[in-house]
Amino acid sequence: MVPLSYYLLLSAVLFSIGVIGVLIRRNVLIIFMSIELMLNAVNLSFVAFSRFLESLEGQVFVFLVMAVAAAEVAVGLAIIICIFRNKATVNVDEINLMKG
Amino acid sequence: MELALFVIFGAVAVASALMVITNRNAVISALFLILTFFCLAGLYVMLNAQFIAALQIIVYAGAIMVLFLFVNMMLRTGKEGKRGYRLIFQKSIGVIFVVILLVLLGSVALSVVVTGMRGPYTTEAVRHIGNTQAFAWVLFTDYLYPFEIISVLLLAGIIGAVVLAKKKR
Repeated sequence: MVPLSYYLLLSAVLFSIGVIGVLIRRNVLIIFMSIELMLNAVNLSFVAFSRFLESLEGQVFVFLVMAVAAAEVAVGLAIIICIFRNKATVNVDEINLMKG
Repeated sequence: MELALFVIFGAVAVASALMVITNRNAVISALFLILTFFCLAGLYVMLNAQFIAALQIIVYAGAIMVLFLFVNMMLRTGKEGKRGYRLIFQKSIGVIFVVILLVLLGSVALSVVVTGMRGPYTTEAVRHIGNTQAFAWVLFTDYLYPFEIISVLLLAGIIGAVVLAKKKR
């Protein structure tokens, strides 16, 4: 059986890749995809803990995270469409109305 | 055998995740993200979470990523421009801090020891009653209220998306 540490390490690597994506990319859609990647990395550690603690609560949490992610994507993409309609860009450097 | 499968799924997942954040074209990034989700579904099957693996493919790789691809193609975003305000050294500083984060998370992950209270769902028990049935039993007894609240949240998400994306008259 693969030890728990390996799953957690893979989860940490995927989470870090997601954080890098949020920090270095300028396209708001790719930033959004990186957020999805981070959510999935956390889901992986939830499922791994659920397996190694012999309890199904972790999988219930993954189910709830998926539902929240679906709602988040629907609303977030609607906001992105709104911004694109007004400013015709998806570059986060140009969406700086709240900068003051 | 199991370790080999873990290494294959993990390596493909990490490689395609790297392609997601390095590719210039957002549509290709979305396709690589789907590949990452499929690898994660394979890992869920190895962890005896077959129902979650099916949900991962149906909900994430199916519904959510189709929405992403649809918006991507509708907006015709094209290549990432060089215009606008840019922070100096943003990429290098970001990567340095993320490496520090990864070292911290990795040290925790490698030193973790499972000491928590174990539940009743051992591998044999789950295999006996079936993963989906055991999952449904937990979801619809102990976690019924969160389940109901999630349905309200999804309704709010649907209405919010329609209201936000609707054309103003």
